[in-house]
Amino acid sequence: MSDPTAGEIGNVISTAGLTKRYGRVTAVDDVDLQVPAGARFGLLGPNGSGKTTLVRMLLGLVHPTSGSVELLGRAIPRHAATVLPRVGALVEGPAAWPLLSGRANLRLLDAAGRRGRRRDRRARVEDALQHVGLGGVDRRPVRAYSLGMRQRLGIAAALLRRPELLLLDEPTNGLDPRGIGEMRELLVALNEGGTTVVLSSHLLTEVEALCTRVGVMDAGRLVLTEDLDALRVPTGRVLLRTPDPAAVVGLLDGQVVERNGQMVVVRDGDPAALNARLVAAGIRVTELAEQRRTLEQVVLGLTGPGSDRVDGRGS
Amino acid sequence: MIAVELRLMLRRRRVWLCWALLCALPALVAVLLATTRLAPAPGQGPAFLSAVVSNGQLFPAAALALVLPVFLPITVAVVAGDAIAGEASTGMLRYLLVRPVGRLRLLVAKLVSVAAFVLLAVLLVTLTSYVVGVAAFGFGPGASLGGAGGITSLSGAVISPAELAARTAAVVGYLALCMLALGAIGLFFSTLTDSPLAAALGVLAVVVTSAALLPLDAAAAVRFYLPTTHWLAWIDLYRAPILWTAVRQGAEVQVSYVLVAFGAAWANFATKDITS
Repeated sequence: MSDPTAGEIGNVISTAGLTKRYGRVTAVDDVDLQVPAGARFGLLGPNGSGKTTLVRMLLGLVHPTSGSVELLGRAIPRHAATVLPRVGALVEGPAAWPLLSGRANLRLLDAAGRRGRRRDRRARVEDALQHVGLGGVDRRPVRAYSLGMRQRLGIAAALLRRPELLLLDEPTNGLDPRGIGEMRELLVALNEGGTTVVLSSHLLTEVEALCTRVGVMDAGRLVLTEDLDALRVPTGRVLLRTPDPAAVVGLLDGQVVERNGQMVVVRDGDPAALNARLVAAGIRVTELAEQRRTLEQVVLGLTGPGSDRVDGRGS
Repeated sequence: MIAVELRLMLRRRRVWLCWALLCALPALVAVLLATTRLAPAPGQGPAFLSAVVSNGQLFPAAALALVLPVFLPITVAVVAGDAIAGEASTGMLRYLLVRPVGRLRLLVAKLVSVAAFVLLAVLLVTLTSYVVGVAAFGFGPGASLGGAGGITSLSGAVISPAELAARTAAVVGYLALCMLALGAIGLFFSTLTDSPLAAALGVLAVVVTSAALLPLDAAAAVRFYLPTTHWLAWIDLYRAPILWTAVRQGAEVQVSYVLVAFGAAWANFATKDITS
């Protein structure tokens, strides 16, 4: 923490032993999280696993019970005033002053922070609105906005100061499939421009499509941080679709794990060799693919039920 | 942040509604008095009201006496209670703090906006009631002797219009300070909760408690320090010569309230976990 160059080596987020207790409840438990600069990092975990509390501590909104946080190489909350202008955040859903228009909201929010030059304000606001697809938004108050528009406005607010780090909690909440696609493109484009993107989401397919690295939280603990490619290792099985399933079972007896209509699951580590063998035997193959673990399997294997599930004693 | 805060305040409908209602009550009383000519007898009813019928220039003083006990404190409670808790309930508090707006800076901006609200409230009541008073009751008996006539002070001596204006300005300042003390208490309550309503009710509880203890002999020991004790000291500013003692003591107590309440708000808010 005393080393001023620590942040330049490459971690935009670095926590050590980060813990937050509310009375007897431990919301975040001894978390050591490192997010390298330039990453697209997905934070996963069931409801109540401590993701939001962790994000709030990163931003200095909640004070840790113990442990430390460094953002862009500087301690939080002590250096919040110099670090936070370089960070954009969406925490637990967007918010706005309901009686003002989206544009007026962004202008006032921009004026509230320091170091926003007044001369560029209009351009900054229009730019952020343009980015999230609200460029032509009228003077209606935010009160009248749809959920998706509010979500876009919240992301625009996070983008106002062209941050080096984006911390987004459920950024695609309330967006339709097209909106989700747009948001993914936007985040990838920003990331390629050098912005580190950290997002938390329940939509595992969304994280799978966007992120390069994931962290999984369960009951306050960070139980895994890993590159996505490393998680999605082959399972040693091959998925096979064929009009002649009986012939496959005859040829590969013992290797067949499961047969369901035209689908056959074969235990085999080498799909190419398997394919050659089937073709040599004259068996027609419609589809052949290596089975990989999905993120969903990884996450569900690591985590317990969310805090929103309350089972009775009998179950 | 202060400029942003003031702009936000001026765009709240609630604020304009408070001001409109504060100005409407004295106007209503003026209309009733002007049409019925049934002023309360001297020494009865709200202060100054009996004298108003003969000289409309005194109406601002009567109007302030009308709104001071209940109406004005309620509006201050509503606006000050909304300061931090209102941002928390819309979720804007977290976005302001990560902008970042320093927590102390946010509190100062909120206090300044509450101060602007109370000052404008007292000022608007004074100005509108002057216009309404003069329109309804005229300038008084001295008017025929060349322009606006002087008015008779509570002590019997005549006060010139210029002198009256100066004294009224002092009254506006004093009452704004009293209301600011209440506003600072509201700001403190507003940091304790995420519900603007709870904070506003807390302020009203303070006012009601203080008003209830005021006449009790058993509470004599603390009477001097109650927030509402000195609210009526401004009446002394209309005496000739002015009795400064009560006004000065009152100002000291109110300034202490502002300092203590703001300090408490800062102590609570500086390290508070923002979970709204």
